[in-house]
Amino acid sequence: MIGWWIGDIVLLAVVVPVVVYLLRNVLDAVNGIVPSVERIAKAADAASRDLDAAPLLLRTREQVTETVSVVAGYGGSLDQIVDDA
Amino acid sequence: MPAAGVVMIVAVLVIVGVLVYYLVSTIAGLRRITAGLEEAIAGVGGIIAKTTPVNEVVTDINAQLDAGVDLLEGLLVKKAGAADALGLIDGCYPGAGAAGLRRFPDAKASGAPRIGEVYTKGTLTLARLGREAPIAAASPDGPALRDNVFGSSAARALYPEQRQQRPGRMPRSPVIGTDAPAQYEPADEPGVRRRMPAGTTTAEGG
Repeated sequence: MIGWWIGDIVLLAVVVPVVVYLLRNVLDAVNGIVPSVERIAKAADAASRDLDAAPLLLRTREQVTETVSVVAGYGGSLDQIVDDA
Repeated sequence: MPAAGVVMIVAVLVIVGVLVYYLVSTIAGLRRITAGLEEAIAGVGGIIAKTTPVNEVVTDINAQLDAGVDLLEGLLVKKAGAADALGLIDGCYPGAGAAGLRRFPDAKASGAPRIGEVYTKGTLTLARLGREAPIAAASPDGPALRDNVFGSSAARALYPEQRQQRPGRMPRSPVIGTDAPAQYEPADEPGVRRRMPAGTTTAEGG
């Protein structure tokens, strides 16, 4: 009978606090990760929206090509008009 | 059942209850993490999809711009010479001459003549187009020929010599005002003379 009581005391005084301590730390760690993940999700969403203008680079490329070709034509004309140094 | 057995059962039940509470809370937290990670993955996927063509497009734009820069540098050096080209660039964009020319790295060694400090841009263009003179050769390192903000006397030398050096031989400009030696006849109405000068006919008078 004394052994049973010793087992009860050990269970209530040692095992239960250790279990509570360990599980509480696990839960705190998980709860600490949640806000970080939510911030990451918001940042990724905002970054994705910031890049909505990226397809406009295709138009920029076309315009740069047109501009350089115009400059090349103008340079060719200027080469004919102005004498060399 | 002995009392000790009952206490044991109660203790086990307490432990199981604590386990259930904390494990369920942990599961809920992990599910929130999973949902957040799925959102993050979707956002990152969007970023990847939108940035996929950027490298190719920017590389192409840079290649086009490089070609344009090479063309303009080559034209400038061909028309003005390497040293004057640097001076022209530095005159238009102060400080840019220090970077030199990409296709002509040797031009940087001689230093950029202070063309923009000596001449105005318009004078520079006229000099280049009209005289074909190496305009910076005379004073690449000496003092400035004129104050580029207020002075203009040095720029006069670029105009015909007679008007600048011997202005006394040029006819005077007409004097106007109340003390002018030749006064115009006052008119009754603005723009209408009282009488026309001799030998002049009007449309009405024939």
